[in-house]
Amino acid sequence: MPTNAKFELKPGPATREAFGRTLVELGRENKDVVVVDADLSKSTMTTYFAKEFPDRFFSCGIAEANMVGVGAGLAMMGKIPFVASFSVFAVNKGFEQMRIGAAYGRSNLKVVGTHSGISIGEDGPSQMSVEEIALACSLAGFVVMAPADGASTKALVRAAAAYYGPVFIRTGRPKALTVYGADQKFEIGKAIEVMEGKDVTIIASGLLVAQAILAAEALETDGISARVIDMHTVKPLDRDAISRAAAETRAIVVAEEHLVDGGLGVKVAQVVTETHPCAMEFVGIHDRYAESGQPEELLEKYGLVARDVAAAARKVLARKR
Amino acid sequence: MPKSIEELQLIAQRVRRDIIEMIYEAKSGHPGGSLSAVEILVQLYFDYLKIDPKNPKWPDRDRFILSKGHAAPVLYSVMAEVGYPDTPKDQLNTLRKYGSVFQGHPDMRFIPSLEASTGSLGEGLSLGIGMGLGARLDGRPPRIYVMLGDGEIQEGQIWEAAMSGAFLKVDNVVAIVDYNGIQLDGFVKDIMEVAPLADKWRAFGWHTIEIDGHDFHAIRAALQEAEGTKGKPTCMVAHTVKGKGVSFMENNPKFHGMAPNKDEYQLAMKELS
Repeated sequence: MPTNAKFELKPGPATREAFGRTLVELGRENKDVVVVDADLSKSTMTTYFAKEFPDRFFSCGIAEANMVGVGAGLAMMGKIPFVASFSVFAVNKGFEQMRIGAAYGRSNLKVVGTHSGISIGEDGPSQMSVEEIALACSLAGFVVMAPADGASTKALVRAAAAYYGPVFIRTGRPKALTVYGADQKFEIGKAIEVMEGKDVTIIASGLLVAQAILAAEALETDGISARVIDMHTVKPLDRDAISRAAAETRAIVVAEEHLVDGGLGVKVAQVVTETHPCAMEFVGIHDRYAESGQPEELLEKYGLVARDVAAAARKVLARKR
Repeated sequence: MPKSIEELQLIAQRVRRDIIEMIYEAKSGHPGGSLSAVEILVQLYFDYLKIDPKNPKWPDRDRFILSKGHAAPVLYSVMAEVGYPDTPKDQLNTLRKYGSVFQGHPDMRFIPSLEASTGSLGEGLSLGIGMGLGARLDGRPPRIYVMLGDGEIQEGQIWEAAMSGAFLKVDNVVAIVDYNGIQLDGFVKDIMEVAPLADKWRAFGWHTIEIDGHDFHAIRAALQEAEGTKGKPTCMVAHTVKGKGVSFMENNPKFHGMAPNKDEYQLAMKELS
């Protein structure tokens, strides 16, 4: 099991960058991997794939509904299509096509959203996706993932390509703090306990995993032992990891860069109530839109940094029975 | 083996009877837009598509997508008539009933031989273009046929798809618009005019052919012309009559989405006998 000393949390590649690089590897390994994009390839990083495999890269222009539909059609012909855009456009504008073409039609479509959450920064709320985990999880049969760093993105993008069925992967714009070494194994639906702990559990996804680690380190100086779980797969949830955490630590904080409504937190809470009900706190966006600014400024203002996670842990410990 | 016009006409008449009977038994459904598409589907399934109903998943088969999924009865009848194993003819009258494979709109979970689950309008052409790209990447022969409703093309996604079809040069894709002039709320021209339809498709870069959608000769000639057209997809604008073949359903918006009552059923079956 990892110890605190192992986490240097150095800035690593953005998860979208890791996605783009991994796509190229997949393209080299499998000629059936294809990409459909909607005029954001320089931002989603599918541009690397487009350069190396121009024949397998299809530009749909600024038309996300069609992009998702074309991707589903390619899947129906045995291809492994990755369609990519900013999360807010891919999912919100392609939602009905994800529903009919991929979920209901059970096709092998991979939708990758980049620029998720509020950490996109300066572009502001029209480009920020804080709803897509809720939306994607509402599609029957979809796998939904939100990796924390470059290494986990690489592994989970590869896992998505190897898995048959519809998948949504959430990635972000800014450089991500490196949580994992290259030797870490990832499996769809299998959470990773990145820190052991017995007093409280912090369950996090995406950028909040690193913040949860920092929070756990801060709590440790106060003699609080916090378990940190990276719930990189939001659907299907790792119910065992959640119920074990609920039974063993009897206090849970869930932290995510997403609306609390319909996010990871409420899904974890469902499992907790079904297994070992305990006190919970939720770190996320609370029913509002953010604004323009530097990612760090916004994460600070909207309560998504280690300090907020630690505060939620102290609050839940006060309620713990 | 190509069928004679007389054979195709006989099949079309049987399909029309199936449609009326299925919808009458179901007590709901969409007769008008099923009847308008009969000749096109009969021509495709009995004469033109490279398919093997006994081997429905043959990889090199042509694909047909009924994007206007509410016309499911015509597709079910034709598939049953042509002999797909998962569309049993003796169960057509279970349409829309609990436990039936003949769901209200085409559903691949119940009929795996379908090429797509449809019913939410505007989505089939994008799927078809993706299929066309997939076949082209593999250098394989399948051609993709997508039937659209004239009301359906009010959906914005259709025009996103139309742009991309021409831009991506999917010359193995054919859109067929069932231009019957009526949608649920009334005449298309009164709800949201789509004319000039052929001009629109031409402007979007599609090879466009206007035909009488009830004329087997014209349908076949257009399908052949589409097949010979390289470098761009083809749109067949098929002028049809909503409710074709049943006098009181023809051009009658009421029968877009309403089942015949007993008297109407008997009258329709008499007309189609």
